[in-house]
Parts: sequence; structure tokens; C-alpha cells
Amino acid sequence: MRLKSRNRTVTALLLIAPFVICYLVVFAYPVYKMFAMSFTDAPLIGEGEWIGFDNYIRMFEHKLFYTSVYNTLYFVLLTVVPNTLIGLGIAMMVVRLKGWIQAGILVLFFMPYILPVTVVTQIWQWILDQQFGVVQPLIEAVVGRRISVFRDPVWAMPMVALVTIWWTNGFNVLLFISALRNIPDDYYEAASLDGASRLQQFRRITWPLLWPVTALVLTLQLILQLKIFDQIYLMTQGGPFNSTYVLLQLVYREAFGRNQGGYASAVAVALFVIIVAVSVLQYQLLKARGK
Amino acid sequence: MGRISPSNILLLIFTLIAACAWAFPLYWAIVTSLKPEPEVVGSLSFWPQTFDISSYAFALFDTNLVRWYINSIGTSVLITGIVIMISMMCGYALSQLVFPGRRVLFLVVLASFMVPSQALVVSQFVLMHKFGMVNTWGGIILPQVIIPVVVIVYKQFFDSVPRELREAAKLDGCSEFQILFKLYLPLNWGITAALSIITFIMSWNNFLWPFLVTTSEEMMTVTVGITQVGDSFGVQYARDMAVAVMAAMPVAAAYLVFQRRVTQAIMLSSGIKG
Repeated sequence: MRLKSRNRTVTALLLIAPFVICYLVVFAYPVYKMFAMSFTDAPLIGEGEWIGFDNYIRMFEHKLFYTSVYNTLYFVLLTVVPNTLIGLGIAMMVVRLKGWIQAGILVLFFMPYILPVTVVTQIWQWILDQQFGVVQPLIEAVVGRRISVFRDPVWAMPMVALVTIWWTNGFNVLLFISALRNIPDDYYEAASLDGASRLQQFRRITWPLLWPVTALVLTLQLILQLKIFDQIYLMTQGGPFNSTYVLLQLVYREAFGRNQGGYASAVAVALFVIIVAVSVLQYQLLKARGK
Repeated sequence: MGRISPSNILLLIFTLIAACAWAFPLYWAIVTSLKPEPEVVGSLSFWPQTFDISSYAFALFDTNLVRWYINSIGTSVLITGIVIMISMMCGYALSQLVFPGRRVLFLVVLASFMVPSQALVVSQFVLMHKFGMVNTWGGIILPQVIIPVVVIVYKQFFDSVPRELREAAKLDGCSEFQILFKLYLPLNWGITAALSIITFIMSWNNFLWPFLVTTSEEMMTVTVGITQVGDSFGVQYARDMAVAVMAAMPVAAAYLVFQRRVTQAIMLSSGIKG
């Protein structure tokens, strides 16, 4: 009996070993290493001296750090709520269709989400090209002149946000569609029998029943968009005049551009802490909802 | 609902227009890629006046695209295989076996959901450099093999396999490995397919990590490599679009063929049962 249970333990350990080993090497150790490096003056490659909290002090005195935090929050503001609402709107349109028409239209809305980020940015750089871009006549009609949107400090961030919404919205649409399908038709039928208008039905039935998924989408979006880097790097490189410089880009620049591994790690720790805090908050919200 | 009424037809038309507008950038990219370069900058015609596939020939023969394809397919397939294999085994142990530290492991995996892998790129790069894996497939693959949510999804699905099947297999003298691969895995092919496809798509699309760990053009994946085309040949939009279309083709095709699975995987990984 004893032998058997020991055998079972050995089997279990063999089964978890590959995952646990990979986890420790490429996940847990880098987390530890990130914290450890942030207290040294290490370059990207090579050892450094322990310098205590100097990197953090430097960070809080670094103007570009505040610019990055501000821009990251600005980007979050421009994307999270609009992306959620647009996703809900599209889902409500699509869910009322039937059969192959619905499937076909869903593909059109969802397709961008499946594309690599570099494909997305190349397409939009072409579409928004100042000279030959297909939407420039539209921009000209509205504001009176053609605009090189990624070189204009006012336009750059909203345009990156627009591209991001176009790219990631399909995910939200899927989540909302599945939630809308879970609302029984009877509710709406009963409501229309009682003479409730479409708007009343939305406010009294759809919105409250959808709220858990809306909250989920909002928090997933928040966490995702705090980690903005790819689109910015590919479309504006943080410019013009740092108007789109974001946190993760600061990490990238300090580590790979300026060989400041220690300082880059300190900024990475800041990003890490922000995202873990948001995630814990999300977990608490979900738990509160469960009760 | 569902009845044919004027308001429903209006809604259909509106939705159709919105969907076409939404997908227009994709259409425009494809159309552009099929035009000769002078027409691309010469007119805003919504259909090529002359079809020209020389941009695709350029993409295939004059860039490193084929090489990037090989890197992308190789690394994405290996990442997918490793992720599925190690996560399935770990999920099985968490679900069906008793061992010391089980609860701790489960909580650690759950807590890892919160860790933003983007914040780890600096220390992961240092590590890969130490291993001598910068500019290698191994360097691209290794940091991408831990996807905690896959473990949890497998655990949940294994939890709901009836105990009787397991007891019967035990009586037949099957080992735990046999029970996993001959009973639990076949019962969960659907979810395995869904998770494999989404993992493949996600690793094909990953930009930040492959971008950091590959410095030579030879070792880049498609997603990273296509940014080099504009850089070394100057901006020529027909070419750029042809390259972009080629880069997107495999994931777009995977989605179109396995739509239902992709949807299911997305639902599962965001915590909604699909």
C-alpha cells in the first residue's frame, strides 16, 4: 500500500516536471531577476553593483517616466471604454441576424483580431498615408487639409488608439455575443407584451444581465492596453516630441537602446506592479460579484 | 425577432454597411497588392485597372519571406506542441492525482495569470543571452512555452471526465500515463484542437519577444521580418501590402477553417465556458 502511494507521487511528479521546470526557468526566475536587477547598476548584459533604491529615485526624477505614465493612461482612456462600447454595439447588431448572414458578418468584424500587429500597422500606414492614403480625402473634407497623422502630436495618439480598437474589437464582440445569446428570448417577449420600448428593454433587461461580461471585458481591456507597445513602436516610435511615448517603450529604450539593464528593470517593476494591482482589483470585483 | 419586418431589413442593411466599412482596410490592402505600383499612387480606383502580381513575386523571391516563413512555422509549431504537452500533463496531475504541493502549484499557476510577460522581456533576454540562445529558434521558443491558462482549462475539462471510466481503466491495469493519453486525451480532442489553434495563432502573431531576441534578418519570424521590407527597399505600397497579405495568410486561413474552435478557445481562455 505504502509503495503504491509512493509510486503515485512519483508519477505525479513526472507529469508536472516539464511544466514546473520550464516555469521556474523562463517565468519565475525572470520575475526574480527583474526585481534583483532593478537594485543594481547592471548594463543589459553583465553584472552590476548593488545600488539600493537609486534606480527608483532616478525614475521618479525622470521626466520621460512621467511622460510615459501620462501617455499610457491617455491611451488607456482612449481605448478601454470606447472599445468595450463599440464591441457591445456591434454584438447587438450581429446577434439579431440569423444563419449564414450572421456568420459572414461576424467574420468581417472579427478578422482584424486574428492578424499580426505588423500587418495591421502596415495596412493603416498605407491607408493614412498623407499623400496617397485612401482616407485622406475624408480627413481633408472634415478638417480642411491632409494630415500626416503619425507625425502630428495631437493626432498621433488618437490614431494609434483607433487602429488598436479596429484590431482588438473582435474579441469583445465575441464575448458580448455569447453573453447576449444567454439572455432568454422570453424576457424580451414578456417585456414587449407589457409595452416596453426597445430602449426600456435595453436598460431594464440587456444592460443589467450583461453587466458581468461588460465588467470582464473592461478589466481585460484595461490590463491589455496598459501593456501597449507594439503599435506605438511600429507606427510612431513614441514621437512626435514624445507625445506617444509609453511605459513599455521606456523599458525597451533603457534596456536595448541605452544599455541600462538595471534602470530598465526598475521601470519594468513599476509596470509589473501596476498590472498586478489592477488584476488583484479585478479578482476582488469578480469575487464580490460571485457573492 | 427574426420575422421579416421593415425595421429588421433596415437593421440588416445597416449592419452590412458597417461590416463592410470595418473590413474595408483588409479589402484595400488586397486590392493594393494586386495593382502595379504607378496605379497605386496614381488613382484611388477600388478595383485594379490592370492586375499585376509582380509584388507577390517580389515578396517571394527578393525578400527573406520564405526564410521567415520557415522560422515562423517551425517555432509556432514547436511552441504549440510544447505548450499543449506540458500543460496537459500538468493539468492532468492537478486534476486527478494526489501529490505533495498540489494545492500550492494550483495557486501559483492561477496567480501567474496576473504576471504581464511584457514586463519580463529584459530579464528573459538576459537569460537567453546567458544560454547563448539569442538569434536561435530555442531563444524564440522557450519564453513562450508557459501559458498558465492552458493548464487551468485542461484541469477543468479533466475534472469533468466521469470517475467510472478512470476506475475501469485502472482495473484493466493501465498506468497513469496510459490513462491520460488513451482515455483523457481522446475524450478531450475538441478542446485540445481549440487550444492548439489559438496557441499557434498567438505565437505566429507575437511581435515583442521575437523582435527582441532576433537581431539577424535570417532568424526573424514573419511577423517581425515584414517590417524589414519597407526599411531596406524604401516604401512601395503595393509591395508592402503583398508582403502583409502573405504574412497574414496562414493565420487568416487557420481562423476561417477552424472558426468554431477559435471562438471556443477565446471563450475558454477568458473564463467563459464555450
